[in-house]
Amino acid sequence: MRRRTLILGAGATLAAGPLRAQGFAGLGETSETFAQPSPDTRLVFPGDHAPHPAFRIEWWYVTANLAAADGTPYGVQWTLFRSALAPDGPTDGWGNPQAWMGHAAVTSETRHLAAERLARGGIGQAGVTVDPFRAAIDDWALEGPSLTDVTMRAAGTDFSYDLRLAAQGPFVLQGDEGYSVKSASGQASHYYSQPFYRAEGTLRLPDGDVEVTGQAWLDREWSSQPLDEGQNGWDWFSLHLDGGEKLMGFRLRGTGPDFTAATWIAADGTPTPYPDGAFGAEPLETARVAGRDVPVVWRVTLPDHGLDVTVRALNPECWMPLAFPYWEGPFMVEGSHSGGGYLEMTGYE
Amino acid sequence: MIAAGLQALLSHWWRHPFQLVTLMLGLATATALWSGVQAINAEARASYDRAAQTLAGPARDTLARRDGEPIAQETYIALRRAGWAVSPLLEGRLDLDGTSLRIIGVDPFTLPAEDLPEELGQSGVDLSFLTPPGQLVVDQDTADRLEGTDLPPRITGRNVPPNAAYVDIGTAQRLLGRNGELSRLVVTGPSDLTAPPLEEVAPDLVREAPETGGGEIARLTDSFHLNLTAFGLLSFAVGLFIVRGAIGLAFEQRRPVFRTLRALGIGRGVLLGLLSAELLVLALIAGTLGVALGWLIATMLLPDVAATLRGLYGADVEGTLSLRPVWWLAGIAIAVLGTAIAAAGSLVQVARLPLLAPAQPRAWARASAATMRWQAVGAVLLAVTGLLVGWVGSGLVSSFLLLGSLLVAAALMLPIFLHAVLAGLARVTRGPLAEWFWADTRQQLPGLSLALMALLLALAANIGVGTMVQSFRLTFTGWLDQRLAAELYVTTETDAEGRRLQEFLAPRVDAVLPIRSADGEIAGRPVEFYGFAHDVIYTDHWPLIDQSPDVWTRVSSGQAVLVNEQLARRADLWPGDEIALPDGENVPVAGVYSDYGNPNAQAMIGLDRFDALFPGIPRRQFALRLDEGRVEKLTRALVTEFGLPPGNISDQASVKQFSLAIFERTFAVTSALNVLTLGVAGFAILTSLMTLATMRQPQLAPVWALGLTRARLARLELLRAALLAALTFVAALPVGLMLAWILLQVVNVEAFGWKLPLHFFPRDWLVLAGLSLLAALLAGLAPARRLVRMPPSDLLKVFANER
Amino acid sequence: MLRVEGVTKSYPGADGPVPVLRGIDLALDAGETLALTGESGSGKSTLLHVIGGLDTPDAGRVVLDDVEIGALDDHRRARLRRERIGVIFQQFNLVPSLDAAANVAFQARLAGRCDPDWNAELARRLGLEAHLRKYPEQLSGGQQQRVAIGRALAARPRLVLADEPTGNLDEESGAAVLTLMLELVTETGAALLTVTHSRALAERMGRRVHLSRGVVSA
Repeated sequence: MRRRTLILGAGATLAAGPLRAQGFAGLGETSETFAQPSPDTRLVFPGDHAPHPAFRIEWWYVTANLAAADGTPYGVQWTLFRSALAPDGPTDGWGNPQAWMGHAAVTSETRHLAAERLARGGIGQAGVTVDPFRAAIDDWALEGPSLTDVTMRAAGTDFSYDLRLAAQGPFVLQGDEGYSVKSASGQASHYYSQPFYRAEGTLRLPDGDVEVTGQAWLDREWSSQPLDEGQNGWDWFSLHLDGGEKLMGFRLRGTGPDFTAATWIAADGTPTPYPDGAFGAEPLETARVAGRDVPVVWRVTLPDHGLDVTVRALNPECWMPLAFPYWEGPFMVEGSHSGGGYLEMTGYE
Repeated sequence: MIAAGLQALLSHWWRHPFQLVTLMLGLATATALWSGVQAINAEARASYDRAAQTLAGPARDTLARRDGEPIAQETYIALRRAGWAVSPLLEGRLDLDGTSLRIIGVDPFTLPAEDLPEELGQSGVDLSFLTPPGQLVVDQDTADRLEGTDLPPRITGRNVPPNAAYVDIGTAQRLLGRNGELSRLVVTGPSDLTAPPLEEVAPDLVREAPETGGGEIARLTDSFHLNLTAFGLLSFAVGLFIVRGAIGLAFEQRRPVFRTLRALGIGRGVLLGLLSAELLVLALIAGTLGVALGWLIATMLLPDVAATLRGLYGADVEGTLSLRPVWWLAGIAIAVLGTAIAAAGSLVQVARLPLLAPAQPRAWARASAATMRWQAVGAVLLAVTGLLVGWVGSGLVSSFLLLGSLLVAAALMLPIFLHAVLAGLARVTRGPLAEWFWADTRQQLPGLSLALMALLLALAANIGVGTMVQSFRLTFTGWLDQRLAAELYVTTETDAEGRRLQEFLAPRVDAVLPIRSADGEIAGRPVEFYGFAHDVIYTDHWPLIDQSPDVWTRVSSGQAVLVNEQLARRADLWPGDEIALPDGENVPVAGVYSDYGNPNAQAMIGLDRFDALFPGIPRRQFALRLDEGRVEKLTRALVTEFGLPPGNISDQASVKQFSLAIFERTFAVTSALNVLTLGVAGFAILTSLMTLATMRQPQLAPVWALGLTRARLARLELLRAALLAALTFVAALPVGLMLAWILLQVVNVEAFGWKLPLHFFPRDWLVLAGLSLLAALLAGLAPARRLVRMPPSDLLKVFANER
Repeated sequence: MLRVEGVTKSYPGADGPVPVLRGIDLALDAGETLALTGESGSGKSTLLHVIGGLDTPDAGRVVLDDVEIGALDDHRRARLRRERIGVIFQQFNLVPSLDAAANVAFQARLAGRCDPDWNAELARRLGLEAHLRKYPEQLSGGQQQRVAIGRALAARPRLVLADEPTGNLDEESGAAVLTLMLELVTETGAALLTVTHSRALAERMGRRVHLSRGVVSA
């Protein structure tokens, strides 16, 4: 799901930006006219790598856990959000109703560098095509012959990266055949992942260039619905375990009881979805980040697979100080299993 | 004690309501004129600031094409995709029945929020702003003006510059019919680490630094606003004469009260405190009234000012006034300050008042040789200082200081002048009545001199400014006839169309004269270069004010340049001097031409040389020479056969008319202020005469008793008022002409860069003399009528035993 | 020469007209001197003003040399004032803008019968020679009074009216001024009517009339 969270998140981000677009903020009122996720929809590739402009919100979301030759760990984020101001409209020209937003970040133990981009569709500044695959905003791009073999580039004023991602396993459908439920009252999205990228390339940092290798995880998700009213934040985890298995799990916090969901992905890519309550995530330590207390050490459990691990942020200062601020960064896994992964947290005020 | 003292002091005003009205009105008018002008200036400056900010970014670099052509949208996308942080801008003007609307197309996605109008940043852009038909964010004024047009829906924004609309960039392209075109790109931040240099991505773009210091407009219009300020100050000074008169009188009449209060045990300090408090309250009330009045004046004048600024400098200024608290406070503060200045002398007198001197009111402000001596010394000192400042200093401020000090010096000299004239007249006339008349008039001078000084200032300003405007008009119209010698002026949309036009016109007109211009630099100053083709319209008509031999041959062959008067005066470049052209070559200045109405420096050079200096400049402007009678036919042919929009063709007559209209508007405000100032002076005379009338009985009663009728006395009183006004006019005439001379020869050079010849307009003087006589007669009429109808018993009171 | 017949005059007051003169009859021959005495507010100044043509009676007549003053228009009355009547005010009421010499000559010149010799004599006899270039404000009270007397007599009027002519002077200079005034009036053959409440002054006049509450009582 990851980023169901972002159904709200992306809207809020754009809304807090220069646009303050009422069209974004009025999500609940007009969503009727947008297409709605349906449990009967079957995803087809590569067609579903393309944008679904009839849905309100969509993203191409990549995180990578990398290491230099000397073992120094790094994390990289590359995200392209699409947000539709209207369900239809001209595809070409300034009148195109699609708004695009990019987030990019590089994290080391001592640094967290982030950048943001905004653009609208229809004029060639941002968008996604499938054959050949290219998702781009300005000079940031995820492009290749196909989504299984892409280069991933982004740059800010103080960093840039250029990575090659090659998929070592299949695309994985989250939830029920790619229909991922986000609350007890039934909000849902279409959601699939590619957690098996092998990544290599170069990070350009203020200290100089670093050659890195590692693993990357792509999330693709689209929907039209906002979060449930009582939900005000989330903690989302993606884990690369040393045995080749992957775990996606999230916790939605709110006024009521937390809602959790998870997918255990075997090394061959076979997913096992888990309903509310199976997955556990419990903060152990917090750090003072950007003026608020954010949990940076967690106990994460999935008893069904004997998983009981401590997740520790590589760098507690992974604040994304963008128009809509949130925390996103790499972590290390210790305990019943070991490995690495990425954590996203929102709603910590 | 204080309450009782205050009551005793204030009761005076109840018993003399007319004095109170005079004081309040004087102070209110003075404040009104001053703060009205300030309001106009503040509004205009605020408009410039907003206009400067609109160019999306008060302090951001922009990218533009070297040749000034529009930027292709693809170039913008290429830059974004190369990692350049740029945001597109499309600006243009939309013609709407005679007026135009400035369109500012922005992209809210890439332009930082602080560069957008507040309303877009806060209340939100909705889909209707971004997608067709789009929305116009305009200020209230513009919204009202656009009422009923078929433009996209309007929303009102507070921070939007006047006469401009913020629209989405897509809407702008659609409205202006410029799909795929952008005017400039705003550099919103540093580029990405990996971004290649500009030359690689967009070699035809140049990066330009932002305009500084509130924008070019603010600098250009400074002189205009200084002019207004000087007028405001003059009006304020004239008003203060009234206030000084009223306060002086009220203090004189209350001398016995002051003495009694002191004798009853109120200390000097307490008395002064009470009086100051009283004045402060009056000043606050009158100041508030004045600011409100000033607001009214400003509201009435602002449309003219806005029109002037638009015509003269291309500055957009809002036509309505917004109320600013600072301005209210400043207005009231100036009222209090003015009261303090006007009352200082009277307060000092109270402080020095001997406790036991006779409590008889002295004749009000009695003339004394000593006072006049001091005035003479003051006048001479002021005049000398003014001349020194004018001689040593430079710039507009010192010119106005010179003007101001000479005016005040002239005002100070007025009583001395009148005294001398009256003494002379007394010597040459015979008869007891005449003698009495002259002697009595002289004795009245001190009481009237403040009002007469105010009248002198107003008259001198009127003569001076009137002469300046008329001289300017005369010169300007003559100059227009010379300068606009071609019959038609045509602009094409593109260079290609320009070439076609030349072919089209070749068989149809006597000559097609291309005109091209480019921005360059001479002696470190920005200069507009003009390239022109050799023709008799230049050799025969061009208004040269200085030239060397063979001027046209040398200039059109590119061996020399012509500069406009502004440039010649600012950079001190005259025939014989050399300048460096942009290519580094030095050429002589062959002549200087007058260039009224243009705030910028300009230079002219032969077309071939120009093209070599500025390659790639648009070639779209042409002056056409043809038979007068064929102008209409050709205009039709250009529209119907060639397909040129009618808006791109201007004929000589309409250009002249337009220029003259701008000229008239420019001085409409000056004239309005002039009339107001004269009105204030008239009011000063009125109040002075009416005040004096109430004190005239002791002087008139004995003469009446000795055998003159009241009617005769009244006629003499009227005659006296007219005579004083006439004499003041006589004194004002040379002062006004001096003022005009300074305005034309010094202030105009500083403010605009041109010097104008002084012409005399005696008919205007006659009218003005008539007006001032009329004002004095009107002012004297009421007291005179009262005198005629006064029952003898009132006059007899003078003789009553019980006094 | 002067006949006052049944003159009444009232002034508007808070509760309607206040009668000041209630039917005055009086006659004065050329060369005669008359003291008009009475309490404050008895109406004597008003009577003086009515006789002098400065004010008009409500009823009754004032006839000077067969001319009824009340019947004259403003213009003729002014002319009568400057040609036939000289007035000496208690407050002197000199013309402040003229010097002593011009003040003395002023009325005579207005009347068109200025006699420089007579003016000079007046100035000499009144002891003003050293002060002729001075303006009223520079003169003492006694000097101002003498200028006022000179002014009243310069035109050789038929009738001289004096309102408390010594009221603002001390006893000694008052007596001197009075002597001078009587002397000069007698010489010109004018009639003199003096309003006063000074017994000493009244004693020196040929006749005395007492005014009480607007009527002649003795």
